[in-house]
Amino acid sequence: MKILVCITHVPDTTSKIQFTENNTKFDKSGVQFIIGPYDDYALARAVELKEQLGASLTVLNVGEAETEPTLRKALAIGADDAIRVNAFPSDSHFVATQIAAIAKENNYDLIMMGRESIDFNGGMVHGMVGELLGIPSVSPVMKLEVDGEIVKMAREIEGGKEYLEAKLPLVAGCQEPIAEWKIPNMRGIMSARTKPLQVKEAISEENATEVTAYQLPPAKGAVKLVDKDNVEELVRLLKNEAKVL
Amino acid sequence: MSILVYIEHAEGSVKKTSLEAVSYAKVLSEKLSGGDVVAVALGTIAEDELSKAGNAGADKVLHIEDEKLNAGIIQAHADAVGLAYNQIGANTLVLAKSSLGDAVAARLAIKLKAALVSNVVDLPDTTAGYKVKRSIYTGKAFAETTVNKEHKILAVKKNAVDLKTDGPVASVEKVSFEIGTESFATNITSTDKATGDILLPEADIVVSGGRGMKGPENWGLIESLAKELGAGTGCSKPVSDIGWRPHHEHVGQTGVKVAPSLYVAVGISGAIQHLAGVNSSKCIVVINKDAEAPFFKAADYGIVGDAFEVLPKLTEAVKALK
Ligand SMILES: Cc1cc2nc3c(=O)[nH]c(=O)nc-3n(C[C@H](O)[C@H](O)[C@H](O)COP(=O)(O)OP(=O)(O)OC[C@H]3O[C@@H](n4cnc5c(N)ncnc54)[C@H](O)[C@@H]3O)c2cc1C
Ligand SMILES: Nc1ncnc2c1ncn2[C@@H]1O[C@H](COP(=O)(O)O)[C@@H](O)[C@H]1O
Repeated sequence: MKILVCITHVPDTTSKIQFTENNTKFDKSGVQFIIGPYDDYALARAVELKEQLGASLTVLNVGEAETEPTLRKALAIGADDAIRVNAFPSDSHFVATQIAAIAKENNYDLIMMGRESIDFNGGMVHGMVGELLGIPSVSPVMKLEVDGEIVKMAREIEGGKEYLEAKLPLVAGCQEPIAEWKIPNMRGIMSARTKPLQVKEAISEENATEVTAYQLPPAKGAVKLVDKDNVEELVRLLKNEAKVL
Repeated sequence: MSILVYIEHAEGSVKKTSLEAVSYAKVLSEKLSGGDVVAVALGTIAEDELSKAGNAGADKVLHIEDEKLNAGIIQAHADAVGLAYNQIGANTLVLAKSSLGDAVAARLAIKLKAALVSNVVDLPDTTAGYKVKRSIYTGKAFAETTVNKEHKILAVKKNAVDLKTDGPVASVEKVSFEIGTESFATNITSTDKATGDILLPEADIVVSGGRGMKGPENWGLIESLAKELGAGTGCSKPVSDIGWRPHHEHVGQTGVKVAPSLYVAVGISGAIQHLAGVNSSKCIVVINKDAEAPFFKAADYGIVGDAFEVLPKLTEAVKALK
């Protein structure tokens, strides 16, 4: 059994988002990068499956050299080897094409991703990869068990969940509570240094979209406080001023 | 060129977010001066319910009544919508973001060789090229995205346009397509869904509780206020992690992103990851006993006070309004 986990290299969830060069570039100064939180759930579950099933576990990122520490962290958490496709991930379609090409070469049984990246929040790459490979894609997956050839999953839907089954191979976009985030231990960190990290050149593919400018939301005005003994005033403001009741 | 809108339905009615997507398509077609807005619905649903898509702006509704499509099987839905798209010779597909919509849109982007833009918050700017504004970094910023392909898929966020309600009733046309068995390879064995509840992504008002509510036994206070407001209920991540509330109520970076006109946060500190899920709300009210809670910085209105005292009074005051 071969498992592939695709990870993003994204700003920490507490980062202040800013742009430079006339709002055309993301400002990386002072920003700490992490494995995408949803990708981290996928990875955590994949490590459990690897142990349980004796599977091999590869992590993949489409990104430039700066993402390698993030891949090393995934190796420290428990992946066996890593692949970096050397390209700036400018567009989901481009990224999905790269992932599908790697997947075709290596015939993974199970491809796990996060439900969405937290930079562009597309929630699209897993479905695109599924379609490119002609195999099922399921997202957002909150539970995943492998039983021989069959994968049993719970998928979150509005107001609840649905349980489903499918045969391998399969692409899953994962979210909590599929597993608990794993923190690398000392042994993991040491062994990650010598695990293989392969760099591949990207295949050429035109972008379907291109970001031409970034924008920040307008600054929020100060909060209007209402005395706790005068809640009627709050209701009045919501009705007459904010006009939301 | 016509625009196709994929509309979802639940418990016998078309989802409000899908109707908003229809209205979005209508304004878009007017902007581009022409083309029909055609909605497509899959599975069992009453014809008079479907014709209501006309009020929101659809010129016509295609109904693929195949009951195998009642379940939200991603590949099968993608096939059906793709076939409808080709049949009407559309160049744009519009849909509301949702658990199923996102998954279907991604597969269709490949099938239709279309450019997919998700989290769309406004109409495209077509003065020079085709530029779409979408929300990124979980609502912390926007990206103006230039689309370079003839075929486009726009996955629209709630409140991107106003819902239109004055359009004429639309005609419903039944169509059927042959969908291969391989597209039904994922088998939904059961669903476990709260019925009758107001679904969070659709809710116009949301009341959420955090760890400040102390325990699940106190959620009656949240629910009473929500009931009085006709609101959906949400919670912070630790609250669903400890199991006080179901997972699908958890709002934030790693949970549901809501976009109501009113969001009421009670006993939630306002961590940046929680704010990421609520920053599309039109108006935010915070109730917290700590005046220094970071949530007040993101709020429009606030009450510094104990939730257990404030909530019953607020519920009464809302009741008195009616
Ligand atoms: C990668 C990552 C992703 C995350 N994603 C999410 C997410 O999606 N959603 C999310 O919510 N969190 C998320 N978190 C967690 C987040 O950082 C906070 O820990 C969490 O939001 C805190 O929840 P809380 O406000 O309910 O609890 P607390 O931080 O414990 O705050 C409780 C608040 O209640 C107030 N309070 C206490 N008693 C009362 C009373 N009687 N009356 C009124 N107020 C009272 C307190 O003053 C305090 O402000 C994430 C964290 C990480 C690292
Ligand atoms: N550049 C990338 N490299 C590797 N995996 C990615 C990349 N971008 C997205 N993914 C995967 O696809 C998932 C969905 O991403 P998105 O469609 O961008 O929201 C992510 O959670 C990752 O698992």
